[in-house]
Amino acid sequence: MTLTTVLTISFSAVFVSNFVLARFLGLCPFIGVTKKMENALGMGAAVTFVMFLASFVTYLLYGLILKEGALWIDADLELVLRTPMYILVIATLVQLVEMFLRARVPALYDALGIYLPLITTNCAIMGVALLNTTDAPVEIRSVAETGFGQGLIVASWHGISAGIGFTLAMILMSGIRERLDAADVPAPFKGMPIAFICAGLMSLAFFGFTGML
Amino acid sequence: MADEYSLRKEITKGFIQQNAVFVLALGLCPTLAVTTGLKNAVAMGIAVIAVMVCSNFIISLFRRFIPEQVRIPCFIVIIASFVTMVDILFKAYLPPEINAALGIFIPLIVVNCAILNRAEAFAYNKTLGRSVLDGLGIGLGFTISISLLAAIREALGSGTLWDYPWVPSSFPLEYVSASVMIQAPGAFLALGLLMGLFNRFLKNESS
Repeated sequence: MTLTTVLTISFSAVFVSNFVLARFLGLCPFIGVTKKMENALGMGAAVTFVMFLASFVTYLLYGLILKEGALWIDADLELVLRTPMYILVIATLVQLVEMFLRARVPALYDALGIYLPLITTNCAIMGVALLNTTDAPVEIRSVAETGFGQGLIVASWHGISAGIGFTLAMILMSGIRERLDAADVPAPFKGMPIAFICAGLMSLAFFGFTGML
Repeated sequence: MADEYSLRKEITKGFIQQNAVFVLALGLCPTLAVTTGLKNAVAMGIAVIAVMVCSNFIISLFRRFIPEQVRIPCFIVIIASFVTMVDILFKAYLPPEINAALGIFIPLIVVNCAILNRAEAFAYNKTLGRSVLDGLGIGLGFTISISLLAAIREALGSGTLWDYPWVPSSFPLEYVSASVMIQAPGAFLALGLLMGLFNRFLKNESS
């Protein structure tokens, strides 16, 4: 694994295939929690942290249990078990993070508290788990094929990068929406419709990064 | 609250009044991701209807046995089982290009908030028949909405409908497709504009 690969994966996850603006993952918090900048930042931080943990744990389980030939069972475990397994792992992880933060880091818990339970049903988390393992794009698959340890590192790194990309989109969107409050928008377009049109323009801007890789 | 609905209303309320996409803004990720073509949208809609009806049925059937504290994990496991069944059936019977287009969004139905919303808000405290009808209605409303979005995007973006060109070949001018409509930006723009139009023309008469 070279430095170029590492940077390519990050650049791809943050800009070229941004989880929100190009892959359409995590749209509920993107529209629901971006009315204020500090909320968007809190949600972004919480999602990045859980994405890193979820990438690590799901890759570990994928390599040890689901992957073809990992267990002596003659069945397509990848297809049959991935959905229930990943969602249960993510739900448990979110619960554990919540309990740990409440007991050990109360200040952070108070800041993130209300967003943590919402993360379980954030499809960006489940999405990153799937994109690291069963539906990996070429640049991740090629690294993962060189060995289990390499795959684990690249999956975790992809999780962090995807979280940073998500946070970036959240912050940009909240900045736009804080200004939209003062704008003169036609009544039927107030709220969500105009937010989607702004997201479309942002997505168009991010689309410009496509040629860079 | 829901008791004042007739059984027929239980289905039709999902079309406009409680439309999952345009009014409740639930299940947005698949709405935008799979609407590059009408075929993909219909396949997604069928998957969501199947999962919603089955999970509403099972959750409503077992609602007295599911403890309230752990109800969300129970819902998720029930939904995940049906999503896996749909996933396997689609892989077996649908053409590979549709499977490629739907990609990770079939397993991601498990975190589709529209389905969890129906489990939590409806099936957990309503009778069996009503829950099944509710799943059918909200699912159909979702399917109609994403099919509409997909039809607009496909018509403008690739110049086709259900893979057939909608401009007759005898027409003197060639249709030049606006390919941005089937890319990511077009999805956001089309949904924003449709939501605005929905608010303008349909929302007032229902409330």
